[in-house]
Amino acid sequence: MDANSELRTPLSRARGLGSAKDGVNRFIAERVTAIALVPLSLWAVYAALQVATAGYEGAVALLHSPVNAVPAMLLIAVSCAHMKMGMQVIVEDYIHKPGAKIALLLISAAVCWLAGALGVFSILKVALSGVGA
Amino acid sequence: MGQAGTDGSRPKGPAPLSPHLQVWRWHITMAASILTRASGVALYVGVIIVAGWALALASGPDAYGDFMGLMGSWLGKLVLLGLTGSIFYHLAAGLRHLVFDTGRGFAPKTANASAVLCIVFAVVATALVWALAFAIGAV
Repeated sequence: MDANSELRTPLSRARGLGSAKDGVNRFIAERVTAIALVPLSLWAVYAALQVATAGYEGAVALLHSPVNAVPAMLLIAVSCAHMKMGMQVIVEDYIHKPGAKIALLLISAAVCWLAGALGVFSILKVALSGVGA
Repeated sequence: MGQAGTDGSRPKGPAPLSPHLQVWRWHITMAASILTRASGVALYVGVIIVAGWALALASGPDAYGDFMGLMGSWLGKLVLLGLTGSIFYHLAAGLRHLVFDTGRGFAPKTANASAVLCIVFAVVATALVWALAFAIGAV
């Protein structure tokens, strides 16, 4: 039967074309990570200034303190979550070929998870190892 | 699909297309919007550099020395300067958008002013941080 047949009810024609019913949690996640990154990014600038003059031993000593190691891990983890969502918006806005779009989204997700896992694991390793100060 | 006017007449000539570069004035709010995305992409790279820093530190003094040597080169400093500006701009623009989310700040004058404020804040904060970096001998 013709898809536009008048025998089809308006509801039948609308079904399956609506929202995926999970857009709001993404909207909220973007904003929650953004708010969390306000103090974390300011701390990152402060920490970068300390690291710039600390040298290897000093940087290791900094991460031995939970006061530095925990914000560092949160910074990396929350940043990776935020930038994964942000890059997805950009890719979906500008790349319309399904193949290229999916490939770029997969690459970006891989980069974000890899950078996040490498960063957090490395900080844990330095923080929990007995080497240094 | 000619659209009829309210008086039933058809519009003369082709329908207007979406805003075109030739007839579109550059707005400060456009610059603010584009800078938000551009600084976001820059910070995407910045987080990869931070993860690289942590990896280098976990890999030992030699790897860390190489990494800090690269960051201390003129190219590394240029990247760090750009990232500092990106952090402060993206931070200000993010707060601006959180205000937008509440439905406020959309009046043209307000939106223009907040766009200028974000850019000025980013430039001033970046200059202050780098002045501080010079003062403590970090650069």
